Amino acid sequence: MARMKFICDAERCIECNGCVTACKQENEVPWGVNRRRVVTINDGVPGEKSISVACMHCSDAPCMAVCPVDCFYKTEEGVVLHDKDMCIGCGYCFYACPFGAPQFPQAGAFGMRGKMDKCTFCAGGPEQDNSKEEFAKYGSNRLAQGKLPACAEMCSTKALLGGDGDVIADIFRNRALKRGKGAEVWGWGTAYGKPDKPQQQPPKGAKS
Amino acid sequence: MISAAKLVFAGAALIAVAALFGCGETDQVIVYEQGKYQGKHDTRPWENDAGASLYTTSKWTKGDKSSWEAALRSRNQSQNEYARVE
Repeated sequence: MARMKFICDAERCIECNGCVTACKQENEVPWGVNRRRVVTINDGVPGEKSISVACMHCSDAPCMAVCPVDCFYKTEEGVVLHDKDMCIGCGYCFYACPFGAPQFPQAGAFGMRGKMDKCTFCAGGPEQDNSKEEFAKYGSNRLAQGKLPACAEMCSTKALLGGDGDVIADIFRNRALKRGKGAEVWGWGTAYGKPDKPQQQPPKGAKS
Repeated sequence: MISAAKLVFAGAALIAVAALFGCGETDQVIVYEQGKYQGKHDTRPWENDAGASLYTTSKWTKGDKSSWEAALRSRNQSQNEYARVE
């Protein structure tokens, strides 16, 4: 099995926020904390695109790198999780994350920042699987129930795919081939493709 | 009969012990190792019995990672509408 991943098909996402609602309902996420949200580019303009964003469970996660108490760990399936009993709520992970995944409950006086909360890929946390303690701290552990994240499984248009990276990449590839467009949105070519105009090489001896 | 002096002495001793105990310093954190996760151990999903949770739908053999992966792979196909409608 490859790593667990999410991929969102911008050609299909209709900004219904069903994934956001499914996440909130499944994990009973408190008010003010959004583990998942839908981002729309050029909102209201014809041709607008939306994608659903949450923790991307990075292979080389910056939140793990900056955490001063090392409360993060990565499971064998590649899911990035953290121990809330160790988290000191410093917020470093929030600044490090390029997706704005770490969330902090704002309960209490003076805007006190609580323990960090984020998408767990519906994999719970370091408590006994499917226990009350695990649910209270981290939410549902669907992976331990043989299920996949609620957001992806509830997506009405199947824009949001979640699961084994190889499997969902195949599903997306097949879809893009059949409809004949959308393959350029994600993929190796987009990330590392050859630019149209080759970048000018710096003169030799110059500082890099 | 305990005399008043003895009572006062016992009380003072008790206060002194309590005060000394309060000044003591105990470790409040675990020994920190840079760059290593030191939180609680997490159970792996396939180490659970498939019927352990009320809401389990997939079937796999407890402790068998490959059977759990196969269960998830087959469930993943429910997100592939081409496989569902064709």
